[in-house]
Amino acid sequence: MSGPAYRNGGPLGDGDGFPRVPSQRDQSGSPRPLPAPDAPAVTPPAAPVPVPEATRPRLPQYDHATLKSLLGAWALAVCSRDESLAVEVHLTDCAACADEALRLRDAVGLLHREESLDLDPLLRARVLEGCLGRRPARIPVPEWAGPYDAEAARLDALLRDLGDGYWQEQVELRWYDGALVARKVTIGQVIAHLTTVDGLVAVALDMPDAEGRPGLDLPLDPVRRTEAMWAAQRTGDGKDEGSGSGLGSGSGSAIGAGFRDVWRGQSHNLLRTVSFAGAGAAGIGVDYGSFRLPLRDAFVDRAFECWIHAWDIAEAVAYPYGPPAPRNLNRMIDLAARMLPAALADRRRDGLADSAGRLADAGAPGRSLLLEIEGAGGGKWYLPLDSPGAVASKEHAVAHVVLDGVEFCQLAAGHLEPERIAFGQQGDRDVIRDVLYATASLSRL
Amino acid sequence: MATPAPPRWDRKMQQRLARGEEAALGELYDRYASLVHNLAHRVLDDDEAADLITREVFGYIWENPDDYDPKRGSLRSWIAALTQSQAVHRLRQYESRGHSTPSQVEARVREANTAARADFIVTSMPAPLRDALELAYRERLDYRDAAAGLGVSADESRRRLRLGLQLLSTAMDPAGSREIRPLERGDAADPFEARGQGRRGRP
Repeated sequence: MSGPAYRNGGPLGDGDGFPRVPSQRDQSGSPRPLPAPDAPAVTPPAAPVPVPEATRPRLPQYDHATLKSLLGAWALAVCSRDESLAVEVHLTDCAACADEALRLRDAVGLLHREESLDLDPLLRARVLEGCLGRRPARIPVPEWAGPYDAEAARLDALLRDLGDGYWQEQVELRWYDGALVARKVTIGQVIAHLTTVDGLVAVALDMPDAEGRPGLDLPLDPVRRTEAMWAAQRTGDGKDEGSGSGLGSGSGSAIGAGFRDVWRGQSHNLLRTVSFAGAGAAGIGVDYGSFRLPLRDAFVDRAFECWIHAWDIAEAVAYPYGPPAPRNLNRMIDLAARMLPAALADRRRDGLADSAGRLADAGAPGRSLLLEIEGAGGGKWYLPLDSPGAVASKEHAVAHVVLDGVEFCQLAAGHLEPERIAFGQQGDRDVIRDVLYATASLSRL
Repeated sequence: MATPAPPRWDRKMQQRLARGEEAALGELYDRYASLVHNLAHRVLDDDEAADLITREVFGYIWENPDDYDPKRGSLRSWIAALTQSQAVHRLRQYESRGHSTPSQVEARVREANTAARADFIVTSMPAPLRDALELAYRERLDYRDAAAGLGVSADESRRRLRLGLQLLSTAMDPAGSREIRPLERGDAADPFEARGQGRRGRP
């Protein structure tokens, strides 16, 4: 391949066909942006004091072809000092090389570092809405999958910003199990955890396994499933270090990027599959082992987990990470509120509740609690207290509790203890206490 | 910034957009929003203006996915060209309302176009050349170390660096540069089309 033809006289040339080329080592006032600001400084030796010909250090002899071939490396300042000097001496004698040298050095100025300006996460929703306003989607993403779409995109942007140096960073995962419990794992493990539990939705939709490990039969229960995946990763690490793509093996940064690709690929596929499945798919049951959620709720549950774990990651690396958009936060709060009556019944059955249950027939009105969530994405929910099947109503309300939306979510994620949460209350205190504990009991790994 | 996706991904994405798949639009955004925003920001040096360009470019692609011709290059380079043309268009609009003289505006436009051509050249040059430049420029590796990293001889490493920079330097040639036109519906089949040779020639 031959290079392009040049016009004579580079930008610094003055038309005599013999441009003056400043030394690569004397860059003051040069437009070249080298060295890059965060690269280890290649401290140029002090500009050579002009020395008489005779006392110049003896340079190795280079022929013209070699000197010419060095011009690119010289322009980038990535050749040895001797080579650099030899080129510069040559440039005073050879107009053709001098011309090319200037040109190549100006070309270096066109290389620029990747700027990674953080995009406003809210821009995505605005851009996509703008698009859909101009041309409605023929195959829309179901509304209830919207929070998952948004939260996965936010986490993806966070991981991209962090880059590949962070996969081994420790993150503290916390949840509530009678008391706050915590466990330290790596960012890579958090992503593997999200991937493998998202996999339950994939199973319900008959999608192929994201991990691409047909030999691995994972349990459905999210915690045991995750433990099994992590254990497989650890043995994978030992057996085929460095060879892995996918989640099964390895620990290096390239493999970390693999974690992200597998997780993101699966989340994109989930959204695509559920878009094609259409509204009728909303009721498909997703099996979590000890409980089931309809697909429309499972997507909100996965969005919630995605947000909470993204927040965990962000906290570990001291990144700011805001709450979901109000519309999405509202759906998450709504799901938690709807899961609360069953969680309360479980606690009663296990003898963990303070308030006494009363018999209530399914569909019959029963005692109720008004859960009022303040802030963007908030709202009011009446919860049945006597039985998950009972009908809650304003008329039968015996207690009223007021909480901030993000704090309620932190409580439901097991990131705040029920004793420490700030709330306003009115009415039956035992009932309120039980509802707060039931909220914390929704959390898991 | 996003590197070009495999051609198959590009074609599939185009089909999915044409079919009206909202999920495809989200994927397209996730892959290319930072490219679009960064390029627009480079030209306009303003966050809000870059947001606006991002909305316009994705809106245009979503409405006109068939304008992309996979035979002419990657989806990425098409999107970059759309962004550039729209950003330059806006730059002219903003600056003509401001205090800049026409020659100042044109100087900025030229600078922005050169930067865009350079970006296009870097992303479309053969991967061995791009990889060599990456190691030398971003990693600050001596060409011998770069050779070791690339698994080639020192001679070859020097050759790649020189050739890569030669290609890149063509971005500075105003002759042979291609005019970039602003986004208008149905008129962006090839924003890089040479001036005066467009299918719908412009004055």
